[in-house]
Amino acid sequence: MANTDTLDLKPTPRDSPRPDQFLRGAKTPFKSGLLSTCLLFLPPALLLFTVFVTLPILESGWYSFFNWNGYGQLQLKHWINFDNYIQALTDPIFGHSLINNLFIILVSACIQLPIAMWVALLISDRSRNSLVFRAIFFVPYILADVVAGLIWKYLYDGDYGLVAMVYGWFGQPAPFVLAKVGWATAAILLVIVWKYFGFHMALFIAGRQGIPSDVIESAKIDGASHWQVTRHVVLPMMRPVIVLALFFSILGSLQQFDMIYALTGGGPLNSSHSAVSYLYTFGIKRMRVGFGSALGVILFIICVLVMMFYKRLFMRESETGKA
Amino acid sequence: MRPRLFTYYRWLFLFLAAGLCLLPLWATFIGGFKTTGDLRTNALGLPKQWVSENYLSILHEARFWQMLGNSTFIAFFTVLLVLIISSMAAFIFAHLRFAGKRFIADYLAIGLTFPFATAILPVFIRVRDLGLLDSLWGVILPQVAFQLSFSIVLLRGFFAELPKELFEAALIDGCSYRKMFLQIVLPLSRPILATVGVLALVGSWNNFLLPLVMINRDSLYPWPLGIMQYQGQYGTDWGKVLAFVSLTIVPAVGFYLLAQKQIIAGLTAGAVKG
Repeated sequence: MANTDTLDLKPTPRDSPRPDQFLRGAKTPFKSGLLSTCLLFLPPALLLFTVFVTLPILESGWYSFFNWNGYGQLQLKHWINFDNYIQALTDPIFGHSLINNLFIILVSACIQLPIAMWVALLISDRSRNSLVFRAIFFVPYILADVVAGLIWKYLYDGDYGLVAMVYGWFGQPAPFVLAKVGWATAAILLVIVWKYFGFHMALFIAGRQGIPSDVIESAKIDGASHWQVTRHVVLPMMRPVIVLALFFSILGSLQQFDMIYALTGGGPLNSSHSAVSYLYTFGIKRMRVGFGSALGVILFIICVLVMMFYKRLFMRESETGKA
Repeated sequence: MRPRLFTYYRWLFLFLAAGLCLLPLWATFIGGFKTTGDLRTNALGLPKQWVSENYLSILHEARFWQMLGNSTFIAFFTVLLVLIISSMAAFIFAHLRFAGKRFIADYLAIGLTFPFATAILPVFIRVRDLGLLDSLWGVILPQVAFQLSFSIVLLRGFFAELPKELFEAALIDGCSYRKMFLQIVLPLSRPILATVGVLALVGSWNNFLLPLVMINRDSLYPWPLGIMQYQGQYGTDWGKVLAFVSLTIVPAVGFYLLAQKQIIAGLTAGAVKG
């Protein structure tokens, strides 16, 4: 790869009408230019990345073995071995948070992605109507998560909002959905579907438009019905995009925080936390640096595993593609 | 030819879905014009009596403009730094050749693997030790750092596709790398720079967790913190809260309509890159 995407700096004499003398003389300034350019262009990125990304990740690993509140010097007497990890992994609330993360992924895979695909296939052509619908479906996605959370907090409010109105039609007092264990989690899941399905739709549209039209035309000429074309040509060809969307769902679930913070704050009874909102509530808010770092490490390991799994899936795909 | 029934069902379904998408926004926008009593009984309809006071009182509050200003400051420098720093690095990776380049490129790409929440506590300690806590730069710098990996990958891919003949010719004419970067690569890369910039802008504008951890002073709050504070203050005085929410949606939707192409391209860039 390094050979294909870089520019060969030494023009061969055959390519160039200029005399060898010039080229040999020109080689030196290029090389010194190379060094000084690198010294000017790379350090900002390397410095910022190292200071705010790499070192913190490594420090997470280090801090996670301490019982430290972040104030004063970190001392070896605060060393507590794996206690933070043990505490996290045996805390039923953390377990429940991870299960909620799993729920988010499941709902995304089983409800959100199929809806997104359905809609995407309906409006993947380039007609004006389709463009309008596409723009509308994407609107929830561009809202900030806290805004989406607040809007739905209002809609779910048992005294005001949509839920109250629907119950009002039947003369019933409305429940406070966000204050009920179980219901709160379901309510969050619904908001997540509402907010993110447009994103997956846009992904699928991009994927659908990447399929060459002659493939579909020839299938149609062979007498395949619309459904058959979709089932046996379009969907299989969109496999990489589907895998990618699933991957984004998993990563998105592992990052989910803002919306939960705005909707329930993890309540009632800590039943609607995600991994990150758990980390915020029990690590950051209480300044338990060691415990929070251990949670960070656990999240990090999960992310790396997901990434490795994704890469393997993809590599196998490209291998079979070649074969 | 598609059967007629399919067309009907298609339109019906699409209108229904669009309605469900927009209904919450409509309820929010219109809710800001309602009295509390009206909100109780009438969530979706037009207000029985239009109240503009909710909106006007917020627009007259200094706090509202201050937090939009803070968010703008953070977003402006985030975008600027992301564009400058990542395009310089991406240029090196795309067009120069030296030992260890691959290693450095891989190193800068590890940020793709994990969300920044995993390292938030050490980042907090680092920002504090640097004396940047409770300052806008304490949000900007980590934000830029975590944006670098993806931006560099995107830019590098685009830079590498630029026609090679151009650079060969430039080098033979004695053009320096710096000049090549400034006068050839950057002007040719406007579309991808726009995409990367928009991506950084949206991420920065909506960021919540990082300022929540780094900023304490009310006067430095970016708008997502401000809106949560406002909601905490007015609780279920939903008319006020909904007006506030609507006013923050307006810039977002306006910007979306202006830069729709770049936004969708940027946010789905992963699909194109595969």
